[in-house]
Amino acid sequence: MAAEKAAAPKVKAQDIASREELLEYYRQMLLIRRFEEKAGQLYGMGLIAGFCHLYIGQEAVVVGIVAAQNATDTVITGYRDHGHMLAMGISAREIMAELTGRATGCSRGKGGSMHMFSREKRFYGGHGIVGAQVSLGTGLAFAHRYREDNGVSLAYFGDGAANQGQVYESFNMASLWNLPVVYVIENNQYAMGTAIARASAEVELYKRGISFEIKGEQVDGMDVLAVRAAAQKALDHARSGQGPYLLEMKTYRYRGHSMSDPAKYRPKDESRIVRETSDPIDHIKNLGLENGIFSEDDLKTIDAEVKAIVADAAEFAQTSPEPSVDELMTDIYL
Amino acid sequence: MLIDIIMPALSPTMEEGGLTKWLVKVGDVIKSGDLLAEIETDKATMEVEAVDEGVVEELLVAEGSLGIKVNTPIARIRGEGDASAAPAPMPVSAPPVAPAIAPPPSAMQVATAPEPAIFDGPTTKTTVRDALRDAMAEEMRRDSDVFLIGEEVAEYQGAYKVSRGLLEEFGPKRVIDTPITEHGFAGLAVGAAMAGLKPIVEFMTFNFAMQAIDHIINSSAKVLYMSGGQISTSIVFRGPNGAASRVGAQHSHDYSSWYGNVPGLKVIAPYDAADAKGLLKAAIRDPNPVVFLEHEMLYGTEFDVPDGDDHIVPIGKAKIRREGSDVTITAHSRMVGHALIAAEQLATVGISAEVIDLRTIRPLDSDTIVTSVMKTNHLVSVEEGWGPMGVGAEVVAIIIDKAFDWLDAPPMRVHQKDTPLAYAANLEALSLPQVDDIVAMVRKACNK
Ligand SMILES: Cc1ncc(C[n+]2csc(CCOP(=O)(O)OP(=O)(O)O)c2C)c(N)n1
Ligand SMILES: [Mg+2]
Repeated sequence: MAAEKAAAPKVKAQDIASREELLEYYRQMLLIRRFEEKAGQLYGMGLIAGFCHLYIGQEAVVVGIVAAQNATDTVITGYRDHGHMLAMGISAREIMAELTGRATGCSRGKGGSMHMFSREKRFYGGHGIVGAQVSLGTGLAFAHRYREDNGVSLAYFGDGAANQGQVYESFNMASLWNLPVVYVIENNQYAMGTAIARASAEVELYKRGISFEIKGEQVDGMDVLAVRAAAQKALDHARSGQGPYLLEMKTYRYRGHSMSDPAKYRPKDESRIVRETSDPIDHIKNLGLENGIFSEDDLKTIDAEVKAIVADAAEFAQTSPEPSVDELMTDIYL
Repeated sequence: MLIDIIMPALSPTMEEGGLTKWLVKVGDVIKSGDLLAEIETDKATMEVEAVDEGVVEELLVAEGSLGIKVNTPIARIRGEGDASAAPAPMPVSAPPVAPAIAPPPSAMQVATAPEPAIFDGPTTKTTVRDALRDAMAEEMRRDSDVFLIGEEVAEYQGAYKVSRGLLEEFGPKRVIDTPITEHGFAGLAVGAAMAGLKPIVEFMTFNFAMQAIDHIINSSAKVLYMSGGQISTSIVFRGPNGAASRVGAQHSHDYSSWYGNVPGLKVIAPYDAADAKGLLKAAIRDPNPVVFLEHEMLYGTEFDVPDGDDHIVPIGKAKIRREGSDVTITAHSRMVGHALIAAEQLATVGISAEVIDLRTIRPLDSDTIVTSVMKTNHLVSVEEGWGPMGVGAEVVAIIIDKAFDWLDAPPMRVHQKDTPLAYAANLEALSLPQVDDIVAMVRKACNK
């Protein structure tokens, strides 16, 4: 069978990642967490409006995958995109300023939370139509192959998006043409208010590629090292010309679907239990401390640094001007 | 350092809310992520998490309070006091506003420059089908980023044989047969265009592009704008559009007005082979997404096409196909042929009709239409598709707006009857605009 379910690896941290790597993953995950908390706060103050989907709880997925990427690889995702932007090295300032709709935002205030891009950092959005990024990401893979640039496309989508027809149209073409694409399903177990079992006949989503001959693997998406290891394998597979690969990341979003969702459809304690038992940041923190890889002081330094970055981004996002009114009619045609 | 915790807005529409329950008390130490209180919004009851860290100093609002305005302080905490602590949230003030200046003219408007009505160089009689193929072949020779993708475009040479010979010349890397998967391959092509390639996407007919319209509009037409100019898609979506012959309702839809409605798209609907070639070449070179609407009933028709591979027709310019002084008839695609025959017949009853081939639906060349109507004082628009919200409705609106005082009679429209297209020969003919319908409408408009 093409798909396999990986046992959560219980390897010693220091055997597979260096101290610097562990601290860097901690830093990146914490940056996403603190950034999203701040975004939530600014939303509460009316400075961010509309739809705002936070990535809190899922940080290990994008950080682990980006850690395994090459400089030529491209990334695309849906509307829950702030974490992906940060992990791809786009500045917290530009992202926060886009959230507040200011001229200094990465889309100059014209995209908003769901529509962020950075051609420079090879991040292709930020798409508000559930499932669209899967076909588009397959097209990015087509371009990698056409240009023979050795790059791989990473296309992220949710458990809900996994039921869209175009996902399977894309799987078919990607496999038929051996395109270098890694499909990453971020299975946070809910699509808005719909628990996965209420929407999916097959809830083991890593099996969804079987009839297209796409290898799939289920991964503990709360463990950044497990994610990185699985991503490395998937990327090697795609890069070596063997075609697409499917990773199902089991993860969890702590907050509601978007800022206005109280998430009352979940069992009362579910979120609390996940936070207490499988938080991705605590996981790496405990791993490092218990094994004597780093100290509380190391973490304190990072905490302060992250706090400062986020505070600076929030300040920047509030003091930057709105786009000038003549931006209204630009960027419609080249 | 004391930090105010404010009543948060927890939905796009919330202006005030209630505090149903405090989850902390004075003296509690809180970390970011801790639950502070339960808030009743206009939509639901939600828990509020702490972002700032410190010790709860004071609860400013009692449990059960209602109607608390967003941004009112509800509690106060004492921060840790270390230098790097986040500053207290700034009070909400209106963001600095850019100076108001008049927005630039609509992106729809284009400047027009005269284009010679007849070609002065050598020409060759070519079918529309071959003219389209030649355009693609020439552009593929010129730019290795251009490729053709669609159903049956390669080995079968095109469902309507438009791509004849392309696989042989360019090979399977650049002439790509897809599975029957319009939504998927349109998205794939848009993704490739985001990465800088220049796909030509052939839809077997535009009827099937409804499965792909999300990518044409949401992914392609809007991406330049919503990325603040960073991501463009140079891509052509082409194929036969409108009614062929006796293929019934689902295979006979004219989409001109659908795509013509969308900023970010250019929409072309040529009539003759020279325009088919020159405009398709322009479309492939254009850095924007272009919807290129062909007509199956014209594929086999021969026209003069200028020789050589530098025949480019500018997008956004209409063409006066016949000069006249009494009435302006606008048309595009196959209806241009009908309008030209109608003009011949009208001449016999003493009406001199000017026929404008719109060629580009978006951006529409309003200057050419307005100038003509200022001369003829009468307008009849002709289109193959339905009338409501149609191309004719737009043309009429432009004339009302820009040439109202020049009109001697109300502008009139000729279009398909307001029903799905019937299969029966008689009903099909009744539904689609015919030459006689145009003649009759022009006579009515001119009261002659
Ligand atoms: C085509 C489409 N249908 C519906 C929606 C509304 N919608 C936005 S997000 C969402 C749930 C998607 O859930 P999932 O794919 O699991 O991603 P998650 O939000 O959990 O990250 C829905 C239904 C949409 N944006 N696009
Ligand atoms: Mg989900």
